[in-house]
Amino acid sequence: MAVEQPMPTTPGDQTRIHNIGYRNYDGPRLGRSYATRSLYSQSLRGAYGLGRSVKSKVLPMLLFVVMCVPAAIMVAVAVATKAKDLPVDYTRYAIIMQAVISLYVASQAPQSVSRDLRFKTVPLYFSRPIETADYVRAKFAALASAMFILTAAPLIVLYVGALLAKLDFADQTKGFGQGLVSVALLSLLFAGIGLVIASVTPRRGFGIAAVIAVMTISYGAVSTLQAIADSQGSTSAIPWIGLFSPVTLIDGVQSAFLGASSAFPGEVGPSNGEGVVYVLVVLGLIAACYGLLMRRYRKVGL
Amino acid sequence: MIATESLSKRFPRVTALDRLSVDVGPGVTGLVGANGAGKSTLIKILLGLSPASEGRAEVLGLDVATKGAAIRERVGYMPEHDCLPPDVSATEFVVHMARMSGLPPTAARERTADTLRHVGLYEERYRPIGGYSTGMKQRVKLAQALVHDPQLVFLDEPTNGLDPVGRDEMLGLIRRIHTDFGISVLVTSHLLGELERTCDHVVVIDGGKLLRSSSTTDFTQTTTTLAIEVTDTDAHPDGTRAVREALHARGVEVLDGTNGLPGAGHILLLTAQGDETYDLVRDIVADLGLGLVRMEQRRHHISEVFHSDAEAQDMTKEAAVHGS
Repeated sequence: MAVEQPMPTTPGDQTRIHNIGYRNYDGPRLGRSYATRSLYSQSLRGAYGLGRSVKSKVLPMLLFVVMCVPAAIMVAVAVATKAKDLPVDYTRYAIIMQAVISLYVASQAPQSVSRDLRFKTVPLYFSRPIETADYVRAKFAALASAMFILTAAPLIVLYVGALLAKLDFADQTKGFGQGLVSVALLSLLFAGIGLVIASVTPRRGFGIAAVIAVMTISYGAVSTLQAIADSQGSTSAIPWIGLFSPVTLIDGVQSAFLGASSAFPGEVGPSNGEGVVYVLVVLGLIAACYGLLMRRYRKVGL
Repeated sequence: MIATESLSKRFPRVTALDRLSVDVGPGVTGLVGANGAGKSTLIKILLGLSPASEGRAEVLGLDVATKGAAIRERVGYMPEHDCLPPDVSATEFVVHMARMSGLPPTAARERTADTLRHVGLYEERYRPIGGYSTGMKQRVKLAQALVHDPQLVFLDEPTNGLDPVGRDEMLGLIRRIHTDFGISVLVTSHLLGELERTCDHVVVIDGGKLLRSSSTTDFTQTTTTLAIEVTDTDAHPDGTRAVREALHARGVEVLDGTNGLPGAGHILLLTAQGDETYDLVRDIVADLGLGLVRMEQRRHHISEVFHSDAEAQDMTKEAAVHGS
């Protein structure tokens, strides 16, 4: 543990003697859970490009700014015009910004797991005290946390702004809380889906394309079908169609339970009964993603 | 350090290890075998990452089947393949790996600086690994295996892809891991010659079976071949022939093993019986007034050991085929 101590030097004497022999380490070894936490913090930092090259900081930081700027503008407008309410609900914000969120998970999920596969760093991790489950948990938690930071930061901007604009405190706090629960669910779901897709391929490009495809195609297909169902008057089908894309799933959950107004056509959110199905599907998907990741990494040994 | 007892590993199609029983003590131990002989499988089992089909193994007195995590905390592993992300610096990477081994942040940074210096990486350690040469990458791989000051390291083919100078440096480094750092080493290679010079003990496996386990001195006594090349002078227009005849006169026969190789006519091969052979060659060359261009121990390919073993122990043809 001792730092290399230069020998005391007499003034004017520039020579220093360093002890360059090998020193054994007899300090503490903190074991498996510490190693897992280290992997978590390294992956979380990595999700914003920290500890990596300047180039890899650009995209995540840019997306973070893009997420926050509209919130800042809304706050500025609300303060300037002395509006009675924020132009956008806390729960609605993530749904509006879903393209940015999808882009973020598409770029960072492969960064988190495909790199380890591609450069075969995974065997090095498993030659350490951690086990497969620790690796999966650390990576999952790290990406979900990164997503939460991304989606919760603009909500904080909105909340602080709302308080500065002297909007109703209780009302805003409730909305803010509901928004946080919603983005937490969204972070877990998106992180899970992104990681499962990315962990299949060691090629980062494929990973990015596949995640974007799954996120946007499913949303496009679902909202088109909902629009058709709406125009044909079969409004009861709309909530059920919404079960098939991650964004509409979150939308459904929050409009059923978190007091959000739905973005579904005709603004018909799922009823409470249907909402239970939504919640179960979201939780089931998150669990399924975790299970799939565990299965995937059982095969990736040395 | 390591003890295995009729350790077997069977995959649906192949038997990677077949009732292997071997004892490895402290020091530098070479694990030699052709590709697919079961070296990497053995390391995987010893790290507790892959269960054995049969038999048992202990590393540092800990059972691999139940104490995997404890073993991995005290053991270092340098894989054969590339395992370094190109966009981070060596320092960053090794610090991370140190923390993954359970070292607290400050200790991880100190140990990283120390270890990278010991493996011979200086200013370049702050640059991204992507720009490193193969030799430097091998050093980073070695550093991440040593950074947590393990009691034992597994080095899987550490000289792979290195040029002769890089190879020698790496072998010197491996030697120092034991002599200076006090860490025992299990190093694999398919080149016996390399390991002869570095290891205290050599274990040869083939087809998952133990072929031989002995200290290196035994090996060198039976297998050292000396290659000699001399200059020609006016007095002796064909210096090579003159030496061969002089050796013949002293009763030392030259081996016939360089046929077909470029420059083969100018290289003499003979079996070294010990220090006397070196002295004899030196004296003969000096007496003839020739220049000695080279006198070196020939590196053996693993197959040669198998062949000589086959001759010596009258082994079955099958084993010889395996070896070649």
